Amino acid sequence: MTEVSNTPARVLVTKIGLDGHDRGSRIIAAYLRDAGMEVIYTNPWQKIDAVVTLAMEEDVDVIGISSLATDHLLVPKLMKALTAEGLSHIRVVVGGIVPDEDEADLLTAGVSEVFHPGAMREEIVSSVEKFAAEAASARPQD
Amino acid sequence: MNKIDKATALETNAADWQQNYDKMIGQDKVIKNRSGIEVQPLYWPQVDADGSYDEKLGFPGADPMTRGIYPTMHRGRTWSQRQLIGLGRPADFNERIKSILKSGASALSIIPCNSVYRGIDCDEVEPEILGTCGTILNTVEDMDISLKDIPIGELSIGLNDPNPFLMLAQMLIVAENRGIPWTKITGTSNQSDYISHFVANHMFYRLSLPGARRVQMDTITYLAEHVPNWNALSIVGQHMQQAGATPAQAMGLTLSTAIQYAHDCQARGMDPDKFLERFTFFFDISISFFEEVAKFRAGRRIWNNLVTERFGVTNPRAKRFKFHGQTSGLDLTRQQPLNNIARVTAQAMAGILGGLQSMHTDGYDEVLSTPSEDSAKIAISTQNILKHEAHLCDVVDPLGGSYYVESLTDAMEEEILKVIAQIDDQGGMYKAVESGFVQEMIGASALEYQDQIDNGEQIIVGVNAYQEEEDASARPVLKRPPQSHMEAQIERLKEVKAARDPAVLAKGLQDLRNAAQSEDVNVFEAELNAVRAGATQGEIIAVLREELGFGQPLVVA
Repeated sequence: MTEVSNTPARVLVTKIGLDGHDRGSRIIAAYLRDAGMEVIYTNPWQKIDAVVTLAMEEDVDVIGISSLATDHLLVPKLMKALTAEGLSHIRVVVGGIVPDEDEADLLTAGVSEVFHPGAMREEIVSSVEKFAAEAASARPQD
Repeated sequence: MNKIDKATALETNAADWQQNYDKMIGQDKVIKNRSGIEVQPLYWPQVDADGSYDEKLGFPGADPMTRGIYPTMHRGRTWSQRQLIGLGRPADFNERIKSILKSGASALSIIPCNSVYRGIDCDEVEPEILGTCGTILNTVEDMDISLKDIPIGELSIGLNDPNPFLMLAQMLIVAENRGIPWTKITGTSNQSDYISHFVANHMFYRLSLPGARRVQMDTITYLAEHVPNWNALSIVGQHMQQAGATPAQAMGLTLSTAIQYAHDCQARGMDPDKFLERFTFFFDISISFFEEVAKFRAGRRIWNNLVTERFGVTNPRAKRFKFHGQTSGLDLTRQQPLNNIARVTAQAMAGILGGLQSMHTDGYDEVLSTPSEDSAKIAISTQNILKHEAHLCDVVDPLGGSYYVESLTDAMEEEILKVIAQIDDQGGMYKAVESGFVQEMIGASALEYQDQIDNGEQIIVGVNAYQEEEDASARPVLKRPPQSHMEAQIERLKEVKAARDPAVLAKGLQDLRNAAQSEDVNVFEAELNAVRAGATQGEIIAVLREELGFGQPLVVA
């Protein structure tokens, strides 16, 4: 088992691109918060640069991107931007409507997991906890 | 009234209904079922000893409208099949809409690209996500190509056109260029309800609340005079229910929104007996079958009584609760996706038996991707099967009089009235969304429902019960617009922009700015002039945002 740190996992829940359907991101934010994590929640329509900056400032372990309308196609750009800023330890998960073909592309780009409609609460919470712990231990020391 | 009077009232009202029915139906056909039994257009009780039938149900097309807003309902004219279509380039949309019209759709709807919803032109968007969810409509040319060979004066048109109504402005200029008088244009601005967007679907939230309110009122005022058959308002319960409101909450919040808009119209000196004729509604139809039927029946009754009591309406046309229904994508599952066809069928039945005026049925693959052409055709066939094979249209309000349905309709009415009272206490819908009261109500309900699924209280076939190995081959193959198409679209926009007369364009935009700054100039009229001057939707919205404020969603923790 991964070493459990005393500080709660820090997760950024956000939406990039053009769509504003946020029922899913709000529910996920509530789930993770209820599970004891520190959740940073934003409005929809974030720019990739803004997400990277926020992730850095808030020192998050996991970024959750909610996508209902093809905005997940921008996630590979987010992955590159995180790497460029030396934040490759941060794990990224995507939830929402992601076709199979795109899921493969996202995983190749470095996304840790894609959650589809019907994913259960415990499944999401335990995955995010696991990724957060892994990210925390992989975080470069100052 | 004593007993005899009540009995006479039933007879008189039935005779009135029959007369109106005969007048409206024209040549009624004899309908016999497979056993040879003749099916009457309407069934009602033999006696109404305590007057409760008259008070609560009445006859279709008469107070309190519980059983329907027309005497004939679907037996006379079935609902409009209004499938939402939006894809890629305007030419792609045009091709698809022609094929959809051929397969039986009787009205058309346009969904714009998400970039349009955000109020930006295609040359400002990352090309990966351009045109993947709707049609790019930045210019009059885009609208003209989208509607090529479509007789826009003869067909009811639905525009998913959020405030500030720029798709409508573009379409009116297309009509003008084609020599079609605006008095012939019919249809609805389906996504113009800025309050619902502010609450529950930020996708369309482009102007500040007060800015959107101003533009809405200017548009309604302008259209009442110049485009009299256009419904500027479709008051949307769908967003709220999709965001998590229960069916009763969604109905209550929608009616509260309508009350708010009616007050705004009155404040402009408009007459409720006139402007309420043009109010229409748009609801989600979930798979909770009887609950949805009761929601619609209760909503009709409440609206009928409410406009009479609160706004003194006497014109029967202004009491009609006209609504469009869309089957709920939230009920669809990624697991065993073909099951979604059965789900959509049950949802559509609830909408039809609830007495809707137009409907969109979802493609079964909506939960996997933007719907494919094949799944969109199945969705239309579903409506045709229910109409012609299941004979759902032979009888008006066939569930009326059922102990369960009537009791549930009463109970839903009570719940809905509670929500309306809560919003009244908040000072009306505008204030209740400004403070976040409504958003909190909806958020709590969304979590509660999700908990019921997570703990298995609500069974979802293939998700938390009856799971099976996935057969990925049942999933439709995804088609996205080729990147080259989008690049060409961006190039075309640049050409169109370059070909404009800069002086004319500058004047159009300056006049728009002046209109927005002034209290006395109609902003929608100025939008039309800006469109005539060649301004794109992105340019027009940019000006309005500067002058009227850019909306930010309210985040409720």
